[in-house]
Amino acid sequence: MSGRVLVGVKRVIDYAVKIRVKPDHSGVVTEGVKHSMNPFCEIAVEEAVKMKEKKLIKEVVAVSCGPQQVQETIRTALAMGADRGIHVEVSAKEYESLGPLQVSKILAALAKKEEAQLIILGKQAIDGDCNQTGQMTAALLDWPQGTFASEVTLEAGHVKVVREIDGGLETIKINTPAVLTADLRLNTPRYATLPNIMKAKKKKIANVKPADLGVELASKLQVLRVDEPPQREAGVKVESVDDLVGKLKEAGRI
Amino acid sequence: MFALRSLSRLGSRLSVPALARRGCSGSAMALDDVVNGLTEDQIQLRNSVRKFLAEKLAPYADEIDKKNEFAGMREYWKDMGEMGLLGITAPVEYGGTGLGYLEHVIVIEEMSRVSAAIALSYGAHSNLCVNQLVRHGNEEQKEKYMPKLVTGEHVGALAMSEPNAGSDVVSMKLKAEKKGDYYVLNGNKFWITNGPDADVLIVYGKTNPSAHQKGITAFIIEKGMPGFSTAQKLDKLGMRGSNTCELLFEDCKVPGVCVRPQLFSVSFDEIPFRLDVPYIYCQVFYFQLMQGKMADMYTRLSSCRQYLYNVARACDQGHFSAMDCAGVILYCAENATQVALDGIQCLGGNGYINDYPMGRFLRDAKLYEIGAGTSEVRRLIIGRAFNAMYK
Repeated sequence: MSGRVLVGVKRVIDYAVKIRVKPDHSGVVTEGVKHSMNPFCEIAVEEAVKMKEKKLIKEVVAVSCGPQQVQETIRTALAMGADRGIHVEVSAKEYESLGPLQVSKILAALAKKEEAQLIILGKQAIDGDCNQTGQMTAALLDWPQGTFASEVTLEAGHVKVVREIDGGLETIKINTPAVLTADLRLNTPRYATLPNIMKAKKKKIANVKPADLGVELASKLQVLRVDEPPQREAGVKVESVDDLVGKLKEAGRI
Repeated sequence: MFALRSLSRLGSRLSVPALARRGCSGSAMALDDVVNGLTEDQIQLRNSVRKFLAEKLAPYADEIDKKNEFAGMREYWKDMGEMGLLGITAPVEYGGTGLGYLEHVIVIEEMSRVSAAIALSYGAHSNLCVNQLVRHGNEEQKEKYMPKLVTGEHVGALAMSEPNAGSDVVSMKLKAEKKGDYYVLNGNKFWITNGPDADVLIVYGKTNPSAHQKGITAFIIEKGMPGFSTAQKLDKLGMRGSNTCELLFEDCKVPGVCVRPQLFSVSFDEIPFRLDVPYIYCQVFYFQLMQGKMADMYTRLSSCRQYLYNVARACDQGHFSAMDCAGVILYCAENATQVALDGIQCLGGNGYINDYPMGRFLRDAKLYEIGAGTSEVRRLIIGRAFNAMYK
């Protein structure tokens, strides 16, 4: 096996920022807003770097799709220990309609080109919350998938994955090459120390266009409107159980 | 456990409390570092350090101030060592990070945002002690002392001031007499940051009392050296948790390790401090007078920051302007106090109670008008520089 792991990293609005909807309801305000690496992607990078430190794999390649700014996210992955980066250039306009299906096609093409042994992604991005890219990528490649991973053990030719599911924890064994998606408890991502940030400057980021990978970016989906969630309204206090039942019936809840 | 899992599947923004174990940096306003002229690396540095501090220091800031003590100081020093923060301006061959004054400024700024007291201790260690060794120590001294100072195993300090020699530090009385292979130190130092904790201290003494500043030599003192002891920790108005004390030298024998004196070279001392205030937004901030106040605070901070960054950048290019170094700290210190006062005013009654950190910011900011040089002396330096230009 090539010993190469592809890690997808997405640049998203920082989780601590208060999101504001644009006045024209076409999306959320991103101009001048603090962005960082998607927290689940950080966990994915950490897992890959740990595998390399344990000498289970040889190379970690960080990939991101988007306009120029995503390079800072790739740099953060390099500072965490990834060996090199790939920036898939997508114009700002195209980026607005870039969704899981297109990204999956890009990742699948890259995985074949780079002869990757594993693809590790965050389970979902905190902006779209789609939770689709990992699954779609696996399907396009016809590879097995270990999603919502809270524990990963890489062995010769296969991976043991402990998945977080509704009923508890599920342990599966899948053959490599495979796609894994990281859940919250998989690991605690390291800080990019200053010496590593400096070392990362020497690491290479290659530029690639979706067309070079044979991927069409046109989306079949169109966002019609974005609204804030309804404002939380005050509740009503009732005096007795009968009142409560009455009010619930009125509201059509029972 | 079940609830937490289903929460994290519903929507990742709801699992922010879990993600916040990495520290919420959301209370600090995002800076326009493009306007500040920072490079991509410097911006990445700031982000990385902010995250680190949010987890490793922010949770303890209030307690450190209340108790005048940082119980986890040694652990934190090692964490900073791992992060590469303790030897920012030290060369890579001694375990340092090989960066410049501007990067150092960014780190101190971010740390001051969280706890100015600990940032002060950090500055005393990393700039006053480590950087002095870098600039003026010989090979033997660097090899002996740098490694542990840079990993955080050792805490560093610098001692110039005395009970009767602060602004007029050249009049210091601590005597260093040469006796064979040794120097014998006698006297006291006062106002020494990290004094109680330091393992390595750079101490200045008079080897030739009649030669004024030319008669001052710096010595490297180690904790535990016979004749060297520390006295009570000071109970200060602000910068509480940054331990300050008196040092006592009674026939302290120092082997021939001495750092060459380069007093008053423009060593870029502790650059402040609170260049930001937490953003607790409420209705009151829509009133015009409040909008005006916020505008004034913002422009003060921005102009200070950009003056500071420019001077730091020039220092990194080897260009040292005494007038501007004095000017920066004079201007930044007085503005920091003013902005902190404004901050208290913005919060109204809440600014006056210790449940909010605003009072701490004021108490901490005030130090920089006094410590590392008073505003009065800084004004004299600049004024006299003008006189000299037009003699």
